[in-house]
Amino acid sequence: MAELNAIELDDVVKEYLSHGEVVQAVKGITLGIAEGEFFSLLGPSGCGKTTTMRMIAGFEDPSRGVVRLHGNDVTDVPPNKRDVNMVFQSYALFPHMSVWDNVAFGLKQRKVAQPEIRQRVGEMLEIVDLTGREKRRPREMSGGQQQRVALARALVNKPRALLLDEPLGALDLKLRQAMQIELKRIQREVGITFVYVTHDQGEALTMSDRIAVMNDGLVEQLGGPREIYERPATTFVAGFIGTSNLLAGTATGGVLSIGGGQVLVEQDGQVSVTVRPEKITISTEKPDGDVSVVPGTVAEVVYLGTYTSYAVSLADGAEITVFQQNALDSTTTAERGDPVWLSWRAQHSYAIGS
Amino acid sequence: MRGRRLGDRLLHAYTWLVIVWLSSPIAVMILFGFNDKKSKSNTTWQGFTLKWYDRLFDISDLTVALQNSLVIALVSTVITVVIGTMLGLAVGRYRFRGQGVTNFLVFAAISTPELVMGASLLSLFVSGNVPRDATTIIISHVLFSLSFVVVTVRARVIVLDPAMEEAARDLGATGWGTFRQVTLPSIMPGVLAGAMLSFALSIDDYVVTSFVNGGTVTFPLWIVGSVKTGIPPQVNVMGTLIFGVGVLIAIATSVAARRRA
Repeated sequence: MAELNAIELDDVVKEYLSHGEVVQAVKGITLGIAEGEFFSLLGPSGCGKTTTMRMIAGFEDPSRGVVRLHGNDVTDVPPNKRDVNMVFQSYALFPHMSVWDNVAFGLKQRKVAQPEIRQRVGEMLEIVDLTGREKRRPREMSGGQQQRVALARALVNKPRALLLDEPLGALDLKLRQAMQIELKRIQREVGITFVYVTHDQGEALTMSDRIAVMNDGLVEQLGGPREIYERPATTFVAGFIGTSNLLAGTATGGVLSIGGGQVLVEQDGQVSVTVRPEKITISTEKPDGDVSVVPGTVAEVVYLGTYTSYAVSLADGAEITVFQQNALDSTTTAERGDPVWLSWRAQHSYAIGS
Repeated sequence: MRGRRLGDRLLHAYTWLVIVWLSSPIAVMILFGFNDKKSKSNTTWQGFTLKWYDRLFDISDLTVALQNSLVIALVSTVITVVIGTMLGLAVGRYRFRGQGVTNFLVFAAISTPELVMGASLLSLFVSGNVPRDATTIIISHVLFSLSFVVVTVRARVIVLDPAMEEAARDLGATGWGTFRQVTLPSIMPGVLAGAMLSFALSIDDYVVTSFVNGGTVTFPLWIVGSVKTGIPPQVNVMGTLIFGVGVLIAIATSVAARRRA
């Protein structure tokens, strides 16, 4: 028998009654999260990702379906009896307690002996780099520190899985990036399964082992960051993760004709393909070889430091975005209004369902 | 003082005027507790003495009335705080059928004139054949102070992050454990404010009490009854002591609040 998943959702549905109408927040999700995995639920607000997490934590009862933790059906188990802990978006620290008492809270509920509480809380505060601040109140601390208290308070209980609900949302960009690396380090250190809810694709791509991209109560695609980015399964995923160019039409003989150019595709008939902007080469001469080639006119040039973004208009009015690295040897410096050729290799055109 | 504008000086004078105006009744009450009065009435200053402090409990009716008032205030405050906190949590946190009616009733109890409330309570007790005594006084006091506790608790509950209680549950606390360790400490300022309000309302209530007291005499009832024959200085002394306890509580609260901040 295969190793048990840390978390399993089996066709989980959540329905609400809103103004006399049944609304499905989650429309049937089935997925398994492996032991020790950093798993992200990624999607726009209202996609059902937080509801899904709250069903794992036990704060929402699924309308249908089964939630399993390590193979045990916990669908009807209250949150205080589930072996998972959560880090809340607002941190939800107890303002009337010191940092130490906040972190020790879970162990006290479980009636762990005092010496063990002292030892484990001390160790955990060390891991999150808060040693020496035990007596502080949460409000005397910065956002980043509060974040780490919240993390320590959950992790000290050695849960089977840690659920994080947009935990970095309230931090500024620099701190957020630092905390992303910090979170990943902590996760490796404690070896606990992390389930991370976010609407920030960059965050999900940076930290996750696997990502479930959610939209409108359903999982659109499940896979590793590279797979999701390079091979988006649906138009939604292609559009939500990073920037991508969507080309659609009818292909014949393995070629999709678009705006006076030719895009190499694998199958004939009605097709949609996506191409990531950084996979496209921009040149002033028509390139040779076994590549997709499309002519166009530069409509916009935006210099962005490490790369330059070009918007290129095609003859049929469509627009393609191209990112070009500002490397030392980059020779192409196309200006607005220049006629250019866009080209990319066949494997970078990725066919998607609608 | 030169260069100070007239407006500033006027504001200064006005401020002092308000302070004197607000504190003069209290000052007079305290002062006449030290009046070495010879005549029956205690309205003209006749010299300083401490003897009324010594003879504080000489008037046994008055002592009983004060005891009654203290017991009634304590018991009704405890009952009010328990019920009021539960109500405040319910209307502040949850959406339920009858919530609008509950909110309305809470407000109605605050805005009902005391005379109306006293008269209707009396007719309720009479028609229900309930004998009037300390119990009916307590019931009535709970009734009119309840709304104040509900309002102060609700104000705290509304600003409470619901995720905090979820966090406690998530960390393994039971429903009761969550309330005791997280919810109650968070709403405590509201609960205490409500408790002090209801104690203060109860201990000096005259109007409602006078309808439902039966044979029981409370401190305010005794004072009003003695107006014709002259209020003895012991009343001033008792008033001074009650006021003193109030001041001590106020100081303690602000010191505690400063330490917390």
